[in-house]
Amino acid sequence: MKNTPRILMILGIAALLTLFIFPMWQITLIAPQYPDGVTMHIWINKLGGENPSVIQNINILNHYVGMKYIDEDAIPELQYFPYVILFMVGFGLLAAYFNKWKFYLTWGGIMVVLAILGLYDFYLWEYDYGHTLSDKAPIKIPGASFQPPLFGTKEIISFTAKSFPHISGYFAGLSILLAFVAAWFKLKFDKNEISKSNAVSAADALLYARAKVN
Amino acid sequence: MKNQHSFKLALIALIAFSGLLYLGCSNQNQTAQKNTGALSGNVASQVYVPPGEYDEFYAFMSGGFSGQVSVQGLPSGRQLKVIPVFSVDPEKGYGFNEETKPMLNTSHGFVPWDDAHHPELSQTNGKTDGRWLFINGNNTPRVARIDLTTFETVEILEIPNSGGNHSSPFTTENTEYIVAGTRFSVPYPQKDVAIDSYKENFKGMLSFISVAEKGEMEIAFQVLLPAFDYDLAHSGKGKSHGWTFFTTYNTEQKSTLLEVNASQNDKDFIAAINWKKAEEYIKQGKFKEVPAEYAHNVYDEKSHIATSTMKKTVRVLTPEDCPGLVYFLPCPKSPHGVDVDPTGEYIIGNGKLSADLTVHSFTKMQEAIANESFETTVAGIPVLKFEDVVAGAVKDAGLGPLHTEFDGRGNAYTSFFITSEVVKWKLGTWEVLDKAKTFYSVGHLMIPGGDSGEPEGKYLVALNKITKDRYLPTGPELCHSAQLYDISGDKMKLLLDFPTIGEPHYAQGISAGRIVPNVKKFYPIEENTHPYRAMGEKDTRVEREGKTVHVYMTTIRSHFAPDNIEGIKVGDKVYFHVTNLEQDWDVPHGFAVMGANNAELLIMGGQTETMLWEPKKEGVIPFYCTDFCSALHQEMQGYVRVSPASSNIALSWGLGEPDEEEVSSDD
Repeated sequence: MKNTPRILMILGIAALLTLFIFPMWQITLIAPQYPDGVTMHIWINKLGGENPSVIQNINILNHYVGMKYIDEDAIPELQYFPYVILFMVGFGLLAAYFNKWKFYLTWGGIMVVLAILGLYDFYLWEYDYGHTLSDKAPIKIPGASFQPPLFGTKEIISFTAKSFPHISGYFAGLSILLAFVAAWFKLKFDKNEISKSNAVSAADALLYARAKVN
Repeated sequence: MKNQHSFKLALIALIAFSGLLYLGCSNQNQTAQKNTGALSGNVASQVYVPPGEYDEFYAFMSGGFSGQVSVQGLPSGRQLKVIPVFSVDPEKGYGFNEETKPMLNTSHGFVPWDDAHHPELSQTNGKTDGRWLFINGNNTPRVARIDLTTFETVEILEIPNSGGNHSSPFTTENTEYIVAGTRFSVPYPQKDVAIDSYKENFKGMLSFISVAEKGEMEIAFQVLLPAFDYDLAHSGKGKSHGWTFFTTYNTEQKSTLLEVNASQNDKDFIAAINWKKAEEYIKQGKFKEVPAEYAHNVYDEKSHIATSTMKKTVRVLTPEDCPGLVYFLPCPKSPHGVDVDPTGEYIIGNGKLSADLTVHSFTKMQEAIANESFETTVAGIPVLKFEDVVAGAVKDAGLGPLHTEFDGRGNAYTSFFITSEVVKWKLGTWEVLDKAKTFYSVGHLMIPGGDSGEPEGKYLVALNKITKDRYLPTGPELCHSAQLYDISGDKMKLLLDFPTIGEPHYAQGISAGRIVPNVKKFYPIEENTHPYRAMGEKDTRVEREGKTVHVYMTTIRSHFAPDNIEGIKVGDKVYFHVTNLEQDWDVPHGFAVMGANNAELLIMGGQTETMLWEPKKEGVIPFYCTDFCSALHQEMQGYVRVSPASSNIALSWGLGEPDEEEVSSDD
């Protein structure tokens, strides 16, 4: 019971580390000629897909309308995001070591902010890819945007685009939840301890007062 | 007298009239039967495969004199692919591009055509396993192996000492061997002799081809036999595993007017070869290593290049030196197919000039051999007594039995060419259970797995030689056809007929589920080891070595890189090595050059193929993609500038105009 918050935090860190094992997000393009869809995976440190040729195949589709080539080297976030995550892992380990509810809460809070920033960044990239079109595009559709949805399903010309978290995205969410639960457990535990120790110190004070009186 | 006479006349007239009436009626019946296709009930739904759905079975049909194999779905009969095997195919560039030319190399040089007869699926434990399809070339004796992950021909092996590879390939139950028996006996060794010295100089050779784990074929040994015509074969299974049976005709050993002269003996032979015994004799060294010359051609799926190697010797076993290797089973009369039932007990000789179908018993054959109960010996080969080995006969089932397959439920189905019908009969009791008409003149028939140890007895396909009025007429040459029967019930039910390519001599069928999961969608580009590959547009270039020019070109939707080439001269040999960078299913690119004397290239994703082009006139020559690849396919084109042989124009190549930014920064 005493170690429950620590265990929860460690589990949270483990959940966060899945970012290095599984993709965190996926965008699937579905069309009649792609009955199984073309599924692109976004990792914390790279871009990929269900098979090694997905990025090439999406770029081939995109080039008809003059979209930029998706190139993981052109996205600096993929270079430094892993360090942010590693920092949070270290921070989380410290939180587990000191075992303070405020520490857990702060960790969870930073993670929420990072997640919001990450999603905003994701949106900006999607906007950029969807709107920055070459003047030399073979096919020009006035007023059309090719921006995929941030979350959910959207029709883009002849494709249905679906954007949802992948395994490690869900696990990263779970890690935040676990940190908050750890904070809550720790707070509850501390309150119990305080009320216990408060009772003890009240008795002490009484003794002390009596002694003083005597 | 006079009255009597006129009475006779009247009687004759009456008989003649009723005869005419009868003929008329039977014509009407025939017409009625044809119009309804002898169908009853709602058969359309049985062959209807809704759009987007898969067929239940693959059928592989030999293309006969087209030298190809057609792949069709059952029950719909839809044609899915034509696989070039022994014949060049301009559609795919097979035999025209530099990579596949060696596939058709033989000891006679490049032979761009053959007569492909009998497809045979590889088996494991007597069950079709969907790894490979083998097929024989009858004319210039060869066998080929088709890889069923790519549906491409990947190996061709020439058969030496053979005059026509007909009784082939017919696998053993674990694809230990496929076989190749000669239909035409020829002088052994080949030499310049008088044709009428046939009996003295000619021999018949049966070859056993071992198949390695990855499919590679090698002639393990040959068996030297008398100069008969070895027609068809099947290997034993289950209890008869270890034996292969070959039918013979022309045991009369004639070389002229065979239709009469080879049809005189009441009985010919089934040659039973104990190949396990042969293996022992090989181990004991009882073979003769004889000089031979035959090509072995292998296509490498990584380099996408075929290489042809000329082999120099072959091992020959002679029955006189190898007792117990060969026995002859007498069989009426000029038998065509020899078919072994799924248990391996019954060996059916389809005596095509006989009214009866003779069934031999493997158990009885073993007993007769153990008792050494021989009628005689022919060329040192014991001939077993007919009555000792016969298990039974299917009597008066029809005329011209050719070939029998099995449904795995104890029934056999035999095609009768002369009477145009398929006859269903019971193994063991030999009673005829049902007859179904074919339209017309059925040759072989096929049940998926019907010649294996585990038939999938739902459908039967009759492969018909003649179609006459069955389809819209197409001039003097008409298609051959296949007819699909439902054999799941007691009575055979005709469901469908559909045209086929060339002449479907035989076919194989297999549950789609045994093939579909292993089918490749493209070739991974990182595995490409072609020496002239370009792994990306950065690798593209043009290099000159004297009068030879190598163009390292790539394709991707939808452009060639490079697409403008200058510095080519009249008299050059230009090799276009085109690598298709696509890594998606169903995105081949074609490559065609005006005036090329060969064919197009059709390059699958990840593959490199090479076209040799020898420009003869100066000018600017267009090239383009032939296979509709994308919305910008029509724009997928380029130019080669051809200058006079004496020109000093340097080689140059490119793709796209210089960037506008670069242009402005230059200003």
